[in-house]
Amino acid sequence: MPENQDQLLHDITNREYEHGWSVDLDAETLEPGLTEETVRFISAKKNEPSWLLEWRLKAFRQWQQMAEPHWGLLHYPPINYQSLSYYSAPKKKPELSSLDEVDPELLKTFNRLGISLQEQKMLAGVAVDAVIDSVSVKTTFKEKLAEKGVIFCSFSEAVQEHPDLVKAYLGSVVPIKDNFFAALNSAVFSDGSFVYIPAGVRCPMELSTYFRINAMNTGQFERTLIIADDDSYVSYLEGCTAPMRDENQLHAAVVELVALNRAHIKYSTVQNWYPGDKNGKGGIYNFVTKRGNCLGDNSLISWTQVETGSSITWKYPSVLLKGDGSKGEFFSVAVTANAQQADTGTKMVHLGKNTSSTIISKGISAGNSNNSYRGLVKMAPSATGARNFSQCDSLLLGSTCGAHTFPSIEVDNATGKVEHEATTSKIAEDQIFYLNQRGIPTEKAVALIVNGYCREVLDQLPMEFAVEARKLLEISLEGSVG
Amino acid sequence: MYMLEIRNLHASIDGKPILKGLNLSVKAGEVHAIMGPNGSGKSTLASIIAGNEAYEITEGDVLFQGISLLDLQPHERAAAGVFLAFQYPVEIPGVSMMNFMKSAINEIRAQKGQEPIEASAFLKLVREKQALVELDAKLANRSVNQGFSGGEKKRNEVFQMAMLDPKLAVLDETDSGLDIDALRIVAQGVNALRNSQNSFLVITHYQRLLDYIVPDVVHVLANGKIIKTGSKDLALELEAKGYDWILETDQA
Ligand SMILES: Nc1ncnc2c1ncn2[C@@H]1O[C@H](COP(=O)(O)OP(=O)(O)OP(=O)(O)O)[C@@H](O)[C@H]1O
Ligand SMILES: [Mg+2]
Repeated sequence: MPENQDQLLHDITNREYEHGWSVDLDAETLEPGLTEETVRFISAKKNEPSWLLEWRLKAFRQWQQMAEPHWGLLHYPPINYQSLSYYSAPKKKPELSSLDEVDPELLKTFNRLGISLQEQKMLAGVAVDAVIDSVSVKTTFKEKLAEKGVIFCSFSEAVQEHPDLVKAYLGSVVPIKDNFFAALNSAVFSDGSFVYIPAGVRCPMELSTYFRINAMNTGQFERTLIIADDDSYVSYLEGCTAPMRDENQLHAAVVELVALNRAHIKYSTVQNWYPGDKNGKGGIYNFVTKRGNCLGDNSLISWTQVETGSSITWKYPSVLLKGDGSKGEFFSVAVTANAQQADTGTKMVHLGKNTSSTIISKGISAGNSNNSYRGLVKMAPSATGARNFSQCDSLLLGSTCGAHTFPSIEVDNATGKVEHEATTSKIAEDQIFYLNQRGIPTEKAVALIVNGYCREVLDQLPMEFAVEARKLLEISLEGSVG
Repeated sequence: MYMLEIRNLHASIDGKPILKGLNLSVKAGEVHAIMGPNGSGKSTLASIIAGNEAYEITEGDVLFQGISLLDLQPHERAAAGVFLAFQYPVEIPGVSMMNFMKSAINEIRAQKGQEPIEASAFLKLVREKQALVELDAKLANRSVNQGFSGGEKKRNEVFQMAMLDPKLAVLDETDSGLDIDALRIVAQGVNALRNSQNSFLVITHYQRLLDYIVPDVVHVLANGKIIKTGSKDLALELEAKGYDWILETDQA
């Protein structure tokens, strides 16, 4: 076995990142550096109203007073924020009526990503808002969505067309001061997606955004805001890949979700950004703040994430359970291989009565990677009858990787109920042998076992995403045998 | 040429010798039963045939249709036609029986340079083999062996054997834990697959199974070797007298 294992490990570590390429888009990029002028430049470029510029500047001043957080179990050299460029946009900012007018290089990008803006997606019923290097390029299905009164557009467009909604909710879930990266994002965010689902509307299709970091040396700072009005439903998909580069790239997004009375938001992510090479050179630094606010009674916010990429992942999609009877869910698969580091988890903050939350986290570590689950379940004095169930499982492939669990529980109401289960296991030799004996090679056997291990989470994903996620798991773990 | 030919096999685990010069030859079309006291090395033998790398082969060879199995990885042996019905089938949470069987068939086909099986052909095969071992169709939708009763696990092993149609099947105590009806059904399954081109090595403690699966040859494995070989009457004799009498003659 050991000899075979070495070979497999060799194979995986020499595997090339599938999405490793960059496209020569004709881009307009701002010189590196971050000052008030940078913030003003971005705001002016986007023709923003003065209240938004003021908001950005406030965030920038706030950010200057803050220190980068280092409580995560993550190790990386200091990030020089002055050496990054904070704005990059494809030069041909298009006003397009058909795909024929789209920059052919951009179409190539989409094709390599496996996204087609054409009939395929139409048949699949997916509306795509693609974000390349910060500026939203093309949004499809707007008309169909508009019939239902659904607003799905780039963040910049929302600022122009729906300023009242943006003003009312921007920063309401993730305040400027929330954390270092959120403050940075608030100051310099480039673009992102905006969704509004009117009362009583079930969004007729899955909404999907593919993010991609393309230009060299650009930090990418998306801002996403989703508002689901009373009795509405929306499922939102986010997929990410980035080109392979030797230097690390920073990504610090903020996602805010607001669910009003009885609204249901389902937010799914499959993240496959370049993880760096086997020695940890290159790769995306992913410092993301995602939070939902169950503002209305009996509302539901559900996060599902499959994280296989990035060199560093710092991410805690959370839910504030304000409305009585509201529910928060977090389903997560985080895979780390080679030198990847992930510190991820969730916060469920129970404020309303009879609120409930479910946390299912599956961490899989291979190679020399480190994978941590960090979670907080908090029940405030007002949260009478609150319930939480948490299940955090870690699977180790090999003996040079690490799995860690940091669950915090704070219950300030005697009626609160918290159930927490945690397991750490190694992939069992006898399971692999059983599958081998049926003709399945070890590499495939590991993929099958890991897929089974994550099934509870993968089952939460919409169909086409689940297929992609399964493939990704298989690729990221090729040859990582315990 | 033998289907299976084991020559002077010595094997140990963690430095502890278990098999000490075992010889065994099985022709195509034959069913051989292996009996022997607990801990004598029967499952060890089965594991070595299947390629479990926990065991160290210190001497001897295991030939399958004239080629040494020792050079092949476990999945390659499976593709060549070696099947093991495990004494303790393993649970694989979250992996459905259907997904598992489809992967097994397609991986074996891939190793032989064949295209993946068509969905309809696969479903037809599943239905046919399920009926053969009277396996509850509901089990097919469950995770591999998870929450299966002891008897269901054994029946599931025979189902998998029927699906993969091996040349050499080693059944390690597939009868233990089965009620009388299940025993009959499992035996029926084996008998239905039996033909002049394949062979079975049936490890059991009970002569009862051999009433249903009638063996051509019965061996006794003890002290790491085959110490006695006979016809099916040997099983009856063992049932009546136990092992002590052979062990004594063996030592003498
Ligand atoms: N992984 C292992 N580590 C240490 N010893 C082992 C291991 N596997 C088997 N053995 C030992 O090898 C010997 C043979 O075991 P084996 O399972 O082959 O016996 P068996 O004939 O199948 O017994 P049974 O009839 O109880 O199934 C036993 O003494 C057992 O304890
Ligand atoms: Mg045994």
